[in-house]
Amino acid sequence: MTQLNKHSKKIIPALKAAFPLTIPVLTGYLFLGMGFGILLGSQDKGYGLFWTLLMSLIIFAGSMQYAAVGILAAQASLVQTAIMTLLINARHLFYGLSMIEKYKDTGKKKLYLIFGLTDETYSLLSSYKVPDGIEKGWFYFFVTLLNHCYWIAGCCIGNLIGTNVSFNSDGIEFVMTALFVVLFIDQWMQAKNHLPALTGLLAAVGCLLLFGADNFIIPAMLIILVLLSIFRKPIESEKQSHGF
Amino acid sequence: MDSKHSILIICVIAAVTFLTRSLPFLIFPGSRKTPKYVLYLGKVLPPAIIGMLIVYSLKDTEVLLSSHGIPELVCIAVIAVLHLWKKNVLVSIGAGTVLYMFLIQQVFY
Repeated sequence: MTQLNKHSKKIIPALKAAFPLTIPVLTGYLFLGMGFGILLGSQDKGYGLFWTLLMSLIIFAGSMQYAAVGILAAQASLVQTAIMTLLINARHLFYGLSMIEKYKDTGKKKLYLIFGLTDETYSLLSSYKVPDGIEKGWFYFFVTLLNHCYWIAGCCIGNLIGTNVSFNSDGIEFVMTALFVVLFIDQWMQAKNHLPALTGLLAAVGCLLLFGADNFIIPAMLIILVLLSIFRKPIESEKQSHGF
Repeated sequence: MDSKHSILIICVIAAVTFLTRSLPFLIFPGSRKTPKYVLYLGKVLPPAIIGMLIVYSLKDTEVLLSSHGIPELVCIAVIAVLHLWKKNVLVSIGAGTVLYMFLIQQVFY
């Protein structure tokens, strides 16, 4: 009992601290998830609620699940499937790379934190500090879990209502862009050196123009990695001179 | 529909997705001291990646057609001004998204 009490004293405040930060993702995931649920359900081979639930539960990756609808329709081979997944999700390699320190000492929750490291969860957790007095592991856990729940709910609602919905939600997907812009500004204001932020933005724009929408993310990642490695000395020395 | 093959496809996607998320943790396990270079990357990658994600989330904007990306640019500017002024995440995101929906549904369709 005391064990339980001790535990809940950590858990409830962490949940309360996590929830407000996830509200933008709630909006985005509900609608993007619904889009996915509707798309999957409208396939003539009839992928119903079971499939929607299974995919949102064990894949939990937005753009990959949209791509999966095509893969399922074509009944692609498993090797083709693996290669496509690798290409679309390669950007996730970066997320883990920058969360190694943050996710240290999170115990058993670490596996779930890694599983749930989506674009949005990553952006939130890399931008916000753990609030004072809140246990880090539980805070990260609830941000991840809430986002996962929103995504599952959105996907399933979309699959259930199908194309019967008449609300014009065109443009709602911009909520994700808006979230990234806001977090970008927050990080910009906190940073002493703006080279990393500019590198990411410009490398991505440059590669998008050069390689097109479907192929730009991997070259952009490589260029970011190379440039940040080249600029390591000036960036780090500037940090030190500002008392880092 | 071949249900068995479909289940396998979904499992492969889930497994490879998890692999891309977990690989860095396998290479640099928490039990060992993280190399300084990786610590450095942990500090400078987040702003770079979020910059990249802004572009990623807009990658399918048709700059050469219809609205020429004007609604996107206008809304990002509005979000930036609002956010620097009010410093309220939900206000910035909410207003920017509603304005975007209005622009592409009523003005630039």
